[in-house]
Amino acid sequence: MKENLLIKTMGFNMKIIQQTGLVLFIGALLIFLSVNGLDRYRLTPESLGLSNVHHQQAILDAARQSGMLGKTYASSFSFHSHLKKNIRAAQQTLKTTAQNGLPEGVNKGEYLLGDWIVKEYALQITRQSAAGPVASHPLLFLMLTFGLGILGGLLYILPQFSGTAGIKNNHIYHRSMTRGLKAGLRGIFLATTITGILIGGVAYMGGKWLWSLLALFVGGFILWRVFFTENPSTGCPARSASPEHTGWLGVLTGVLLIGFYILLYWAPQHITGWVRIVDPLSRALSGNPASHWFLYGTLYTVVVLVMGVRMMAKYRHNKYQLVRTGSVMFFQTAFAFLIPEILVRLNQPYYDFKNIWPLNYTFFFDYNLKTLTNSGGLGIFMLVWGIVLIVVGVPVITYFFGKRWYCSWVCGCGGLAETLGDPYRQLSDKSLRAWKYERWIIHAVLAFAVVMTALVLYTYFTGSRNVLFFNSDAVRNWYGFLIGSAFAGIVGTGFYPLMGNRVWCRFGCPLAAYLGLVQRFKSRFRITVNGGQCISCGNCSTYCEMGIDVRHYAQRGQDIVRSSCVGCGVCAAVCPRGVLRLENSSADVQERASDVRAIHIINGKVEL
Amino acid sequence: MQQHIVIIGNGIAGITAARQIRKLSEHRITVVSSETDHFFSRTALMYVYMGHLRFEDTKPYEDWFWKKNRIELLRGFVKKVEPEQRRLLLEDGSTLCFDKLLIATGSRSNKFGWPGQDLAGVQGLYHYQDLESMERHSAGLRRAVIVGGGLIGIEMAEMLHSRHIPVTFLVREKNFWDGVLPLEEAQMINRHIRENGIDLRLETELKEILPDAQGKVRAVVTNKGETIECGFVGLTVGVSPNVAFLQDSGIETDRGVLVNEHLETNIPGIFAAGDCAQLRAPRPGRRPIEAVWYTGRMMGETAAYNLTGGDQSAVGSGQWAVGGERLAVGAGLVPYDPGIWFNSAKFFDMEYQVYGTILPNMPEHQSAVYWEHPEGRRSVRIAYQRQTGNVVGFNLMGVRYRHEVCEKWLRAGTHIEEVLQNLGIANFDPEFYRQYETEVIAQYNRQSGRNLRLKKRRGLAGALAFLRG
Repeated sequence: MKENLLIKTMGFNMKIIQQTGLVLFIGALLIFLSVNGLDRYRLTPESLGLSNVHHQQAILDAARQSGMLGKTYASSFSFHSHLKKNIRAAQQTLKTTAQNGLPEGVNKGEYLLGDWIVKEYALQITRQSAAGPVASHPLLFLMLTFGLGILGGLLYILPQFSGTAGIKNNHIYHRSMTRGLKAGLRGIFLATTITGILIGGVAYMGGKWLWSLLALFVGGFILWRVFFTENPSTGCPARSASPEHTGWLGVLTGVLLIGFYILLYWAPQHITGWVRIVDPLSRALSGNPASHWFLYGTLYTVVVLVMGVRMMAKYRHNKYQLVRTGSVMFFQTAFAFLIPEILVRLNQPYYDFKNIWPLNYTFFFDYNLKTLTNSGGLGIFMLVWGIVLIVVGVPVITYFFGKRWYCSWVCGCGGLAETLGDPYRQLSDKSLRAWKYERWIIHAVLAFAVVMTALVLYTYFTGSRNVLFFNSDAVRNWYGFLIGSAFAGIVGTGFYPLMGNRVWCRFGCPLAAYLGLVQRFKSRFRITVNGGQCISCGNCSTYCEMGIDVRHYAQRGQDIVRSSCVGCGVCAAVCPRGVLRLENSSADVQERASDVRAIHIINGKVEL
Repeated sequence: MQQHIVIIGNGIAGITAARQIRKLSEHRITVVSSETDHFFSRTALMYVYMGHLRFEDTKPYEDWFWKKNRIELLRGFVKKVEPEQRRLLLEDGSTLCFDKLLIATGSRSNKFGWPGQDLAGVQGLYHYQDLESMERHSAGLRRAVIVGGGLIGIEMAEMLHSRHIPVTFLVREKNFWDGVLPLEEAQMINRHIRENGIDLRLETELKEILPDAQGKVRAVVTNKGETIECGFVGLTVGVSPNVAFLQDSGIETDRGVLVNEHLETNIPGIFAAGDCAQLRAPRPGRRPIEAVWYTGRMMGETAAYNLTGGDQSAVGSGQWAVGGERLAVGAGLVPYDPGIWFNSAKFFDMEYQVYGTILPNMPEHQSAVYWEHPEGRRSVRIAYQRQTGNVVGFNLMGVRYRHEVCEKWLRAGTHIEEVLQNLGIANFDPEFYRQYETEVIAQYNRQSGRNLRLKKRRGLAGALAFLRG
């Protein structure tokens, strides 16, 4: 009884701590969401601050004429649109002046204001023209948002796992945050997002419909293949992905995440407040003012670290999970975040040593190749390192350990999925149909990445931009938009609470496809099934973030060899009967995937 | 010639049989169940209650599977079997004719005639409907009492605990499940139950369940005279074969449906498998009724061979639904051979595996090496014959061992010292986990005065080499 009372009082205190944490976190989130609206915007010669004197003067003149100079704007929206008009006007003025004869000793390229600079200037000047509480007290707001958020998050998270160590999945399907949404609603979300992306794509590609139409055609083909010609359901529906009731908190979280990515990729001029609060950190690291990419990197790293701590608390009885989570936290913090910034400080190219083509699709872009080849010994090393990873690193390491060495130990996308995404891993679709979609889509993306890179390299070496019907620049831009931003970001992360935490890794990542081919056909890795101990409960399949129906294999005693398996080890962890084990062995590489398992027992004899 | 094989019950035994029959033949297959439309994993019901899974996730096959494999599913309650007419009478008045029949109706929860045992809020946990009822009674529940110290009892305790409902757990024995587990392991689980805040009452029996004004449970009275207020009582004092509907059918029953070694009843062409089957002559050391998942699966597989004509070679032998395609369908019948006993469970956060025979009280002619981690959450027990040194069983708490490796050792009656020196190849714990084999050997050395060393550490390559050798 005394023990009971103790547990009760402890439970009570835990609850208070958790609620305090939740309040702090929500407070920090609300402040974070409002940070972009707190400042005012005012264009002054100082805030303009361009190093190009011709541009500075022309924009200043245009702004003075239009009455923008010195005027205070309440929001970045009105400020930015006026500013853009003024920059365009300045661009026009410079062009006209140049036509009438350039001033003595002036370089034409320097004098004219190129189209691609307009956007760049508009962003930079908007950021610099902010004035108000955030701009003057970035550190205070850093503490109020990131600081409070981290503190609140940890206070909320840690007591959850304070009981005895073990699998803690209680109420995942009861919570509004984690139970997912009805399949119909999910379909609406997906359709709306895809439509939005394709329409946005038209705008992104300068009003050309061709690219969106092409994507629509390929998508339609896959849909038709899977849904109508390969449909295994013979009239019966596939395994339902619906929870009993839609979890609206999860939907809200998904909407917030999607919104964040839209702002980050396509409207960074409206998140000047967020960028401003990490400015001191950026200056301390690289010496440069923060960009929206630096904000993203900081937020990403903080989230991986905090949710990594959560993962470690949750799986503190499981050493594989502890080591693996430690690994993704390390690689994100050191390789993806700190080292590139420090390289910049040392006047070296920004480089993430663990980011491998084709996930790192810009690796073979002309500007990157130029930067690397022009950066001395280190630059050449980076170039060689990148190529060696693709050609030797991926196949060799994957042969020994499976694709997990990258996907759930090193990769940044994997790192986020394994930490922030862990509460959503159960939402991956386990139906056979989903697997069919997966195979079509991910290999299509791999093919797209290869073709795109081939075109880009062709242009790099020959200088010719047109190959057959395609302009390599356009293909490259379209890949960046459709796959690099829309798929990897909006769908990849925004859909965590809607379709699980590995949507990108499972359906989209071309590197995962490449690693997967090696894993499926030539690797020592597999998940072994322990004899006949499986009770078909379904925990392994449910918590497989890649949507592998692990149980299908386990209950028939067949080892699991699947190209998509990232080796997170959660299936083995949640199994109540200890049936699964991630293993590497060269003894039976060729038989790993055989239908009847390599070893089974008939009549008392072990047969092979 | 195509026959109509009807299977009553869509649990693991019935469904394994149906799948296996389809692999072996083109017979028409109909599975009748009154419980659910589709096969689900009974052992996973607790996870639905706890919110780990949706009910959908407990179904091992997608719904299209049945149509694709031409296994007809019929929702209905079989009221009566008429062997003479080769037909079933269903509760809705319809009839279903069969050429061959498999009875795989599972169990029902025991009730031992306690006053108040039929009140609202008193139940066992076996059927899907029990889950629904438990869900209904959980709202606003202030305390639950669970009666019976077995696997379902502790599952129910864990379920209620996940909803922060205080649980009093009445166990008749001196320690939890000590009719099966040796003392040390049983005590380990006692501690673990209490550590989770469950009010465990050992050597305490239920005497009476008291109703409130609405006919709902209000309290229980124990044999120690204590009254415990509660809104829910879980009766988990074992299960018995669900065979009441066979009364007067001419099919012989005792506690379960009596079957021979081919799982055939006294009436040719009518078989039984799973929880509901009672073997007339069980193998030495085995019980006539073994109501566990694994035996249900093995029986289902064996029944499938015999329903389709059978084969000369023996199946079973501890094999699990694999290898079916290798056996040609022939004339003879296949005896049911459950192979070497194995089982597993999880008690809250504590995993348990057993291979071979581990008796709660060690007989004179046996000896054992027992190692327990100082934290008291892991243990390894290996029992062997005192005279010959042959291993007879492995009992594992919080440590995973390879089924095939242990089975091969047990089958061969390998000497304990050889087992110990190679113990690493049995280890099935995840990578990076600490290995305790040297500690187990040290324990053996202490008690035997020997000086053995571990020769093989954990690893698939070693295990494969052993299994192939």
